[in-house]
Amino acid sequence: MAKIPLQFRHNGRDVAIFVDGGTNLLVALRELIGDMTPKFGCGQGGCGTCSVLIDGELHLSCLTLAEIVSGRSVETLDGMKQGPNLHPLQRAFADNFAAQCGYCTPGMLMAAKALLDRNPWPSRAEVVEAISGNICRCTGYEPIINAILAASGGRASG
Amino acid sequence: MTLTVKTFSSLDEAAAALSSDRRARYLGGGTLVMRALNEGDVSISTVVRANDQALTRIDASGPRITLGAGVTFAKILAERDLGFLHAPARSIGGPAVRNMGTVGGNLFAQNPYGDFTVALLALDATVAVQGTFGARDIGIEELLQSRERQAGALVLSVSCTRPASADAFRYRKVSRIKPKGGSVITLAAHLPIGGGRIAGARIALGSMAPTQIRARAAERALEGCSLDGTTIAAAAAAATEGTSPSDNALGSAWYRCQIVGVHLRRLLSGQE
Repeated sequence: MAKIPLQFRHNGRDVAIFVDGGTNLLVALRELIGDMTPKFGCGQGGCGTCSVLIDGELHLSCLTLAEIVSGRSVETLDGMKQGPNLHPLQRAFADNFAAQCGYCTPGMLMAAKALLDRNPWPSRAEVVEAISGNICRCTGYEPIINAILAASGGRASG
Repeated sequence: MTLTVKTFSSLDEAAAALSSDRRARYLGGGTLVMRALNEGDVSISTVVRANDQALTRIDASGPRITLGAGVTFAKILAERDLGFLHAPARSIGGPAVRNMGTVGGNLFAQNPYGDFTVALLALDATVAVQGTFGARDIGIEELLQSRERQAGALVLSVSCTRPASADAFRYRKVSRIKPKGGSVITLAAHLPIGGGRIAGARIALGSMAPTQIRARAAERALEGCSLDGTTIAAAAAAATEGTSPSDNALGSAWYRCQIVGVHLRRLLSGQE
């Protein structure tokens, strides 16, 4: 079967690939573009580690048909750092020991970015709600919540 | 596995493509169909999509509201005029699932999901579908009872009447993980009150049968009565009548039967 041409913006850069019909965005990002930051977790929408931003909205890339992002903007953790500098959220995660095995971290950071982009000063309850679709089996969540709150307080632009 | 993806700008064409191929499924937000594909469901060979803006339209200005089938739960939460639907919309998934999941898709979500449909069932919603023989409106109960046979029909929109007051519509989802998680049971109640008495009560339950159902015995216990302790106790005692819950990882059928009356009493009493 013929491949389908697909063009979209990936972390601020235009990309053009060919996908098989039915390919999900996670596979397209990891296997065709080489962006390994979104992780495969459950493939069912239950764990959140594949989270990306599509036109600024948090989506699960494993449940997104790749063709849907045609002409749209996709942001992943790979695009979060600013040159050699960590994004304030990444720095806060490091400072607050918010990652242990690190498998959930890409999804947590994208969920946190989606929150802070629209609400720079969230309450603790809003942070808990924002990461409620993301599972972490290591940290017990408290360091992650604290990191996001810390980033919201001392956050630079971006 | 390679699928055929067909995207149409017209609803007529999308409906025709869906009804002409038994192995075609409509792709809305992706939370059901993409999940099935990820799990290796080989019964799906074609995915049908439609770009028509009508699918994402919300009409919430009057007493009767209409939600396009492609309206997401995040869009409902952003709509101030749909405040009575915020609790059921918020009870679904995390933010990403709410950005993706749609009203139309929720009608087809199996237990322990489909919570929004419980609310729509209590509100006596009407579902507009387009199939081989054109567009028609069907009651949500009829759609749920024939859900397995409706895979070839394209859901266009869902409409319902706005409750007369905030107190007239109540919703409660019991889950093990908060704020998100699959439903142990889900309850919704529409309690129109005229002259101090309930007239036209509708109680809907999720995860208490293979599809969302009405608790008709509980409704009968409420009908024509004032919402006092005696009436609420009678409705709670009748809550399990007609139910047939299943065991799953979130709870056993026995457990569900034990707690449904307790939670119905709390819902009707206005307790948190």
